[in-house]
Amino acid sequence: MDYINAFWVGGLICALVQILLDKTKLMPGRVMVLLVCSGVVLSAVGIYQPLTDYAGAGASVPLLGFGQVLWKGMKKAIDKDGFIGLFTGGFTACAVGVSAALIFSYIASLVCKPKMRE
Amino acid sequence: MATEQQKQKQKEYEKYVKEITPTHSLPLNMAKAFLTGGLICVIGQWILNFAKNRGLDQEMAGSWCSLILILLSVILTGLNLYPKIGKFGGAGALVPITGFANSVAASAIEYKAEGQVFGIGCKIFTIAGPVILYGIMSSWFLGLIYYILKAIGVFV
Amino acid sequence: MNLPKQQGASSVALARPVFIQSAASIAGKKEGEGPLGNCFDMICEDPLFGTDTWEAAESTMQKEAALLAIGKAGLKPEEIRMVFAGDLLAQSIASSFGIAEMGIPFYGLYGACSTMGESLSLGAMAVAAGYGDHILCATSSHFASAEKEFRYPLGYGCQRPLSSTWTVTGSGACVLAAEPPSFTTDGDAMPLRQGRFCAAVTEITAGRLVDFGLKDSLNMGGCMAPAACDTIYQHFFDFGRAPSDYDAIVTGDLGMIGQKILLDLLDKKNIDIRQIHQDCGLLIFDSHTQDTHSGGSGCGCAAVVLCAHLLPNILSGKWKRILFVPTGAMLSKVSFNEGTPVAGIAHAVVIEQKQVS
Repeated sequence: MDYINAFWVGGLICALVQILLDKTKLMPGRVMVLLVCSGVVLSAVGIYQPLTDYAGAGASVPLLGFGQVLWKGMKKAIDKDGFIGLFTGGFTACAVGVSAALIFSYIASLVCKPKMRE
Repeated sequence: MATEQQKQKQKEYEKYVKEITPTHSLPLNMAKAFLTGGLICVIGQWILNFAKNRGLDQEMAGSWCSLILILLSVILTGLNLYPKIGKFGGAGALVPITGFANSVAASAIEYKAEGQVFGIGCKIFTIAGPVILYGIMSSWFLGLIYYILKAIGVFV
Repeated sequence: MNLPKQQGASSVALARPVFIQSAASIAGKKEGEGPLGNCFDMICEDPLFGTDTWEAAESTMQKEAALLAIGKAGLKPEEIRMVFAGDLLAQSIASSFGIAEMGIPFYGLYGACSTMGESLSLGAMAVAAGYGDHILCATSSHFASAEKEFRYPLGYGCQRPLSSTWTVTGSGACVLAAEPPSFTTDGDAMPLRQGRFCAAVTEITAGRLVDFGLKDSLNMGGCMAPAACDTIYQHFFDFGRAPSDYDAIVTGDLGMIGQKILLDLLDKKNIDIRQIHQDCGLLIFDSHTQDTHSGGSGCGCAAVVLCAHLLPNILSGKWKRILFVPTGAMLSKVSFNEGTPVAGIAHAVVIEQKQVS
């Protein structure tokens, strides 16, 4: 059951973003920014957690989920460390995603060459 | 600069160009995005379940899930397969965390020729940088509000 | 020899016909698989042209095309008085680094995809004025270096809208001269001559920047069509001519959408070129099977189609007089990010079949 929920919720988020891409000529980079910020806002007002509970990876794998991770980390850090948490929470929360992307990509750049599109 | 009349003309031209420009079929594109995005999420769910079955808590399982999806995406980018998935899936390949990883890996591979520091070093963030900046900024800003509300006693 | 003549507001009737001594074209693999595949002088399967970077690949391609054209004219590089060359990369680095190795006096041009029209115009004027016996005109574009320059890294997965065009990997080069090409096939020489027939540039119309306020860099046909319309209209006006005076009017890389807009815009001025209009971007790819969407683009597009397809058709007598109108979209990454509209430009060059003794 959790696979089905992940599939249709994740798929639906992507299909909705496709409307945004096709209808507004928003560049992919802007859409990614929009998604992460929306994820942060939706989590902060408490809407996103129920969705994650229901859909699992269907809600956490899209970039909205990246925003949720950021917000959760921020809140946790503020609760724990107070003011300084405002400056540690974000990067701590997204450390896995960002580090993994940077490290794997760097290794890939050593191994791979840019390829022509056909 | 442009007068009202010119602006009117420009608007008319823009409208005319939009009318005659063919676009991808939206329902078909949405269906492809749905399928691609859905499948990537299912793979994510499988990793989540696997990690939880090994006794990891929700947060750790989520971290493993991101880590493995990112690794897969970087490998597919290196093999030049991710652009094909992106061409087919559109938003379905862009929205998941794999799209973020693809943008980092594609930049790293492409700009290697321009050097370690000013090539990869700077340009690895070409597409992903804004995501990190605005993610951090928005969570900081909302965190600040949360902090203030907490300080004045709205949250206990 | 006639007196050089300024014609109308922005045209020039050259003092004497400027003969195209030779023409060479080099194209990439995808272009080689297109409808004009058999016409190119050389098709390179390796998109890197044996180098390490896309920029070096483009430089190499342009240099090879230039050397090929010089060889076909039966000349040596040192016999070329000057070069007018350009490409799409920032600061025209593909041309400067490619031509640099040959040690020929060099003028670097930037006219976006219209650069072949610009270089032919300037080259023809210089020859007609007697400032050079042999002048080389060359342009190039490369899909990968252009994507990198204007859009995304190649490995980035995103969809291209149907209005977008595919940058042609290719380079075309012509040698211009005041004298008709001699009838010789010594060594590698393959001058552009068939019996007593040659091709010559006779008139030019310089293009103006035309800005209709469109900001969509992925719909370049829409940005450039108004400029093509302006230049074609101005050309007819300056010379008092009509479409029936031409066997073909060939625009650079308007693509499907740009072509429709051009025809519509000209309709409003009561000019109908439907029967004789062709577009290099539509000639070079088969949009149904090659997935290139609106057509080919890039300053290599007009250049290779000119050298591989248009000039041979003029020699053979299929066309006696054509109007060659490469079109360019003026933008940079910076101007795009700052929200500046994309202006179009188009330079028209009249190429005629000439009978010589």
